Amino acid sequence: MGALNHKFNENILITSLDKLLNWSRSGSEWYFQFGLACCAIEMMSAAAARHDLERFGAMPRSSPRQADVMIVAGTVTLKMATRVKRLYEQMAEPKYVISMGSCANSGGPYWQHGYHVLKGVDQIIPVDIYIPGCPPRPEALIEGLLHLQKKMREESVLAKKEGVS
Amino acid sequence: MTEQEIYAKLASHFGAKVMAFVEEETLNPTVIVEAEGITDVCNYLKDTEVLQFDSLMNLAGHDPDGESDLSVIYHLYSTQLDHYITLKVFVVREHGQVGSVANIYRTADWHEREAYDLYGITFDGHPDLKRILLEEDWEGHPLKKDYVAAEFYRGMRIEKVK
Repeated sequence: MGALNHKFNENILITSLDKLLNWSRSGSEWYFQFGLACCAIEMMSAAAARHDLERFGAMPRSSPRQADVMIVAGTVTLKMATRVKRLYEQMAEPKYVISMGSCANSGGPYWQHGYHVLKGVDQIIPVDIYIPGCPPRPEALIEGLLHLQKKMREESVLAKKEGVS
Repeated sequence: MTEQEIYAKLASHFGAKVMAFVEEETLNPTVIVEAEGITDVCNYLKDTEVLQFDSLMNLAGHDPDGESDLSVIYHLYSTQLDHYITLKVFVVREHGQVGSVANIYRTADWHEREAYDLYGITFDGHPDLKRILLEEDWEGHPLKKDYVAAEFYRGMRIEKVK
């Protein structure tokens, strides 16, 4: 930090606001606790003792008001799609979406005959990270969360977020 | 009691309302019943001392090919006497009507709503006949084989893949 170096006492750190915010955001990916299908089982497994998502500061929250990340884990039926959209709108900024598994990415196995399935949750809400798999293993979800951390660390407070109108 | 004996008992009691008995290798022995008579038949099956069909295991709609009549199939079981019977009712494709057995077997309540939702079969006398799986504003009954998916639902595109 050039001119400001060694001007303060030992326990005062100097950084940019962006870095501070990004550090705190990426270290507390509180995800919204809801699941739509079998992907949710893998999400639960990722959160439980063996994979322990809290290592990364990610913990489930039951209210959209407290959640930072929405993990769309499973088949988004047209009936559920309106609810998913409303829940997304109820989350406070900054908010992120992870589309987990083939169904949320593109309709998955319901691609051809799924008269009742939304073919990709990105049709209704902006998605930050797509995780392939049917369902993805917990390791894949963890990698997705780590990629999201990386994305968060490169953000700037003043820059407009992509995909948000 | 064997299915044959149960059919004989039904036929002698109801006459023409009980139309036929079908035995095929791959299917359960089935009694074909007239649509208006199903409530009476189920009441009789449940209350008769030697039959005691106290459990409706399943109730399902069926569309064989998209052209011929729809049907409703009832799988009954007696937990007291350990015997089974399958009933079948044919209904027309559009606005078909069957008597409801929801007041006889509580199981039938949601099953009949499912058959109504997915096949469009109306059950007369059902306590609360409305869609159970799809939204109230959904158009059509998707398990009918001549169902054509809509292009949009509430502004969301339903993509069609050939």
